[in-house]
Amino acid sequence: MNYYSIILGAVSLGLLWAVMTMGVFITYRILDYADLTVEGSLVTGAAIAAKLITDGTDPFVALAAAFVGGCAAGCVTGLLNTAMKIPGLLAGILSMIALYSVNIRIMGKANITLLKSRTVYDVLENIGISNDIAVLIFAVVLNAALVGILYWFFTTQLGYAIRAAGDNRKMARAQGINTDIMKILALAVSNGLVALSGGLIAQYQKYSDVSMGQGAIVIGLASVIIGEVLFYRKGFLGKLIAVVSGAVVYRLIIAAVIELGMQPMDLKLFTAITVALALYTPNIKLKLPKPVFKTLKRREGVLNEPRAEYSKH
Amino acid sequence: MSPVLNIQNIEKTFNQDTVNVNKALDCLSLKLEQGDYVTVIGGNGAGKSTLLNAISGTIITDSGNICIDGADVTKMPEHKRAVYLGRVFQDPMVGTAGKMTVRENLALACRRGEKRGLKRGISKENEDYFRSILADLDLGLENRLDTRIGLLSGGQRQAVTLLMATIQKPRILLLDEHTAALDPKTAAKVLDLTDKIVKEQNLTTLMITHNMKDAIKHGNRLIMMDKGRIVLDMRGEEKRKLTVNELLRLFEQKSGTVSDRMLLS
Ligand SMILES: Nc1ncnc2c1ncn2[C@@H]1O[C@H](COP(=O)(O)OP(=O)(O)O)[C@@H](O)[C@H]1O
Ligand SMILES: [Mg+2]
Repeated sequence: MNYYSIILGAVSLGLLWAVMTMGVFITYRILDYADLTVEGSLVTGAAIAAKLITDGTDPFVALAAAFVGGCAAGCVTGLLNTAMKIPGLLAGILSMIALYSVNIRIMGKANITLLKSRTVYDVLENIGISNDIAVLIFAVVLNAALVGILYWFFTTQLGYAIRAAGDNRKMARAQGINTDIMKILALAVSNGLVALSGGLIAQYQKYSDVSMGQGAIVIGLASVIIGEVLFYRKGFLGKLIAVVSGAVVYRLIIAAVIELGMQPMDLKLFTAITVALALYTPNIKLKLPKPVFKTLKRREGVLNEPRAEYSKH
Repeated sequence: MSPVLNIQNIEKTFNQDTVNVNKALDCLSLKLEQGDYVTVIGGNGAGKSTLLNAISGTIITDSGNICIDGADVTKMPEHKRAVYLGRVFQDPMVGTAGKMTVRENLALACRRGEKRGLKRGISKENEDYFRSILADLDLGLENRLDTRIGLLSGGQRQAVTLLMATIQKPRILLLDEHTAALDPKTAAKVLDLTDKIVKEQNLTTLMITHNMKDAIKHGNRLIMMDKGRIVLDMRGEEKRKLTVNELLRLFEQKSGTVSDRMLLS
């Protein structure tokens, strides 16, 4: 293996995972919590795509179906959270566990190989491009399109409403926004992207496996944070581009540490430690909204406590 | 013509069936006519915020009726009632979306109570309008349209929230101690701004304040609350002639206590 093909592979894989990272960005940065549904919905996308392709469906149609399947999973998490008032983190865990069974049901077994099937990348290959380059071109075009669509979507009136609902629930409701619906919508779009990513990855690595989603949320968070630290930009478009770049850099880092001799089984530990350190770094905290009125909020928590300035008397 | 706001016998009990049972609204009725600008005073825990929360749908009352413009909104969810209401809260963090820009926040407020679809979140014609209303605030915000609201000071945020509450003319403006978290100078400025906007748009307004002087100086009607009830309702000439001392005497008489909080205000 030469460096050229290692880097090419890492960039391509990074771009396929970037689709998931955009989904994680939506929940983590817009709704402001880490949605664990991702670990299941990534596999749901892979499972739907693999099953449909082996059954003879067009690989592009299979990708669309994967997206829809992910949206459905996101809706379920959203309903658990809003209609049933289960906290977001727990709602995600419940969906993740449930999806494990659902994903095996979809595939009919624990994994499906796509070695003999035609994938979306083969379609480009037919025009006479090598497989490596075909994947890269496809991934670049797809990411550009998705960044464009998401930017458009989140600057519509509806997109503003979703961002407001995630940012400040009270304000959003005072402005007439149904925050529950916005949350469900965001989770649907997010998990749709995650599942789409799963479908793309399954076709790239030519198999789908029920455990391929393990650690996906941490990979997503690592990518989002790397993107924000290295490519921090103002404005929504800049943030999306940073997120995609972060996913690519993450894959390059992984490729590098493996080249340097790290055992593949240690990768998840490495990623978790990286994310923990990144979240700890004060540098990153600076980029979050500052708690300007912390004291005020703390006071408001205790409704009947006389306020300091009045009780002096 | 039906009153703008008609509240009949609303009740709200918190922690029902526990040792902490707490009647925050006790068979309260209130009518507001078009253009009423009412200041609301009362001791800590008198139920002032609960009254505003009941009107806005943040809490649903246990019994009684609330009508706005003749429409029964008693059971209507908060986000649907927003079409009638402009609100400013005590905590300047609450009224605006901190991660979004000044421009985006104002654009959000422009569509209060309207459908939000796939059209652009901000239209070009909004731009000049936003600049002009921000310039009127005289806080130098007209050139900071693309600043994240979270980076502004509390007073600036509160002023923007006031604009957001009134950019779409509301039927009722609800202000819950909206200057309490600000320094005295900024508070006075935001109050002046409130008066100006209320007058310009002839808004029907409920303004909670813990400052007796402000309660007397602003508005054309004053109500005092105690233990979830309205114990005093003054308007017109009678209100204009009120003094802080007279108001304190009335407060002691109605509630049977001396409040540190009220004394120092
Ligand atoms: N969400 C709530 N849950 C339980 N008790 C509440 C809640 N909101 C207000 N209360 C109680 O209701 C009473 C009235 O509170 P509030 O309306 O905030 O008073 P005020 O605004 O006049 O100071 C207080 O005793 C308060 O503790
Ligand atoms: Mg209060």
